[in-house]
Amino acid sequence: MGTPYSSRAASLFAGLVLATFSLLAGANTPTVDHAELKALQGPFATGPDVTEACLSCHNKAAHQVMDSIHWQWEAISPTTGKKLGKQHAANNFCGSVLSNEPRCTSCHAGYGWTDRNYDFTKQENVDCLACHDTTGTYKKVPTDAGHPLYEPREMPKGSGKIVQPPDLAKIAQNVGRPGRQNCGACHFNGGGGDAVKHGDLDTSLIKPSRELDVHMAQDGANMVCADCHTFNDHKPSGSRYAAISKDTDGKDMRFGAHTRATCESCHDLAPHGNERLDNHVDKIACQTCHIPEFARGGIGTKTLWDWSTAGKRGPDGKPLFIKDEHGHLTYSAEKGDFEYGENVRPTYKWYNGVVHQIAITDKIDDSRILELNRVEGSATDPNARIWPFKVMVGKQPYDPVNKTLVVNHVYGADDTSFWSNFDYEKSIKAGMEYAGFPYSGQFDFIETRMNWFITHMVAPKEKAVRCNECHTRADDGRLAEITDIYLPGRDRNPWVDLFGGVAIVGAIGAGALHGIARILTHRKGKGK
Amino acid sequence: MSENRIYIYKRYERFWHWSQAALIIVMMITGFEIHGSYTLMGFRDAVNLHTLAAWALLVLWAFTIFWQFTTGEWRQYLPSMRNVSAMVLYYTVGIFKDVPHPFRKTVVQKHNPLQRLAYLALLAFISPLIWGSGLLYLFYAQWPGLGLDKYLTLEGVAIAHTLGAFLITAFFFIHVYLTTTGHTVFAHIKAMITGWEEVDEAPVAAPAASRKR
Repeated sequence: MGTPYSSRAASLFAGLVLATFSLLAGANTPTVDHAELKALQGPFATGPDVTEACLSCHNKAAHQVMDSIHWQWEAISPTTGKKLGKQHAANNFCGSVLSNEPRCTSCHAGYGWTDRNYDFTKQENVDCLACHDTTGTYKKVPTDAGHPLYEPREMPKGSGKIVQPPDLAKIAQNVGRPGRQNCGACHFNGGGGDAVKHGDLDTSLIKPSRELDVHMAQDGANMVCADCHTFNDHKPSGSRYAAISKDTDGKDMRFGAHTRATCESCHDLAPHGNERLDNHVDKIACQTCHIPEFARGGIGTKTLWDWSTAGKRGPDGKPLFIKDEHGHLTYSAEKGDFEYGENVRPTYKWYNGVVHQIAITDKIDDSRILELNRVEGSATDPNARIWPFKVMVGKQPYDPVNKTLVVNHVYGADDTSFWSNFDYEKSIKAGMEYAGFPYSGQFDFIETRMNWFITHMVAPKEKAVRCNECHTRADDGRLAEITDIYLPGRDRNPWVDLFGGVAIVGAIGAGALHGIARILTHRKGKGK
Repeated sequence: MSENRIYIYKRYERFWHWSQAALIIVMMITGFEIHGSYTLMGFRDAVNLHTLAAWALLVLWAFTIFWQFTTGEWRQYLPSMRNVSAMVLYYTVGIFKDVPHPFRKTVVQKHNPLQRLAYLALLAFISPLIWGSGLLYLFYAQWPGLGLDKYLTLEGVAIAHTLGAFLITAFFFIHVYLTTTGHTVFAHIKAMITGWEEVDEAPVAAPAASRKR
């Protein structure tokens, strides 16, 4: 309720938050001007040359990065112990890094990962600039295994547009803290394009309105990604393989740990100034109410990807591509059918901190829709809260004999890659051979689902989900699918309602009948 | 006005009755919205208003219980089975034949025997049900701290509360109807507003107006 007291408290709190951030981040003048450093005068022929110059001062930096998921693309889930990361986990977007490296590794925090024999120990291959460029001119070429452009090149091919290589010396002299464009270059474009993968991460967050993202808006808290996703020794905090379902520690500033990208680590455990709302945090994740819809920035996110239809050719014999009125591909011969969504209401599920992420080599049950990363939890689980998800609908190739997913070799100028030949027979065989995984030689398509945590694009509090969007009997109530709780306003006991209805109708009816009988039998006035 | 009237409802009693009536009506309206029976002011406002009215009614009851005991009025709720059958006979037969009301209100006996039973049932069964379940509902978040979560479910408490609400609502409608059964349709309501009840015939007891509040 917008009482003067609570709004005063809220603005006081907002002021404190901003003050805290300016203390942490903005206020210190750097003691180094990189532009004056001899090692950074250039010219630099390649990215690794720049890295070597960086390492001449920051001599531990590369080894820190090399210990991080941004370099390894591999991580052990702390909750299931399973080896995950892009190298192993299956998704229902592009598929697998294996056999497609030069394309996929354009988002690797390194240079030259062209094939499965990549040497992960060469520290000069760490890409410092992807994260630390502040000029906005450093770009990794989509197809060059993480390298930027070194020579002028026509891109895209046949367009007549010549792209100039970035000035590496100038970029090196202007390094700084990672901004939203650095992170966004990969994380806003996951899945092969803007907004495709996450639903709550896209380029609208570079300059978001307050309504889109209250934290990142310039007239909001004006925070950047790394203000929440704090880095310790170049290791980022926050993980979709093991997102913290319920933070019971609260503000983490007091521990000085800065290892958790949870709402509570800033907002603490009872943030509403309203007991009834605070009582919800035990069972409801902050995001559930505070991110009413995802893909709110005007850029559609992919909601369906059906690989089974890929490979069609148009009447002209050329690969078929169909676009919708927004310029989005709805069909691509390379990738199949797509659907997109904007302002999408999330799907709500219990989540207790454990994600059962399928790896490409896992045995799967093909008798039903395959959930690639089932989130665990229920109403009775003390660690579980109701979380919002983008549920990505997919249909992708698998091996119906061995019952595993497959590696599809999509990228490459060879006669097996799918995007050159549009032949699954060849491309899957090539991918599985390359990966060294057993393959029966048969493939089919399986329907899959993938849960994407919705945790960005936090709306201002006045746009939060209203009470009656869940507390309602309407079939489209937000929590209509969460049936293992008693939800006031939605649930009831039909027998008690029947009894109560009969009691009330009976009371009114008895009174009415009695009254009518009195009137009918009333022979003379009673009044004196 | 006739001089055949007695001052039967004292000022506090009338204040109590009408403020309680208003609060209960508010709680019925908001309560059934919270139950999901209809949408009127929205779930949030309904919950807030319902809770506010509940606390207001608790405060009112605290004063009223004090008043009942300091004035001795609590004795009005002591039940007696005597003359209950006469009351039942009156409401089922006599009232249609213009038989005089078998009970004569006096200051020391303002409730007829059937009323006494009804109010006692309300106090002894429905009231504990709705207040007990309501307070548990309100303090749901404190259950683990109080060790209650092992014994209670939200569903059980909510359904008990709903049952109580249905019973109170049914009572409310019967209560309102019965106010019309005085010697005129609005006689009882008038009495509850002014405090003065007109009586059919010359009162047996001395006029009560002199009695102290």
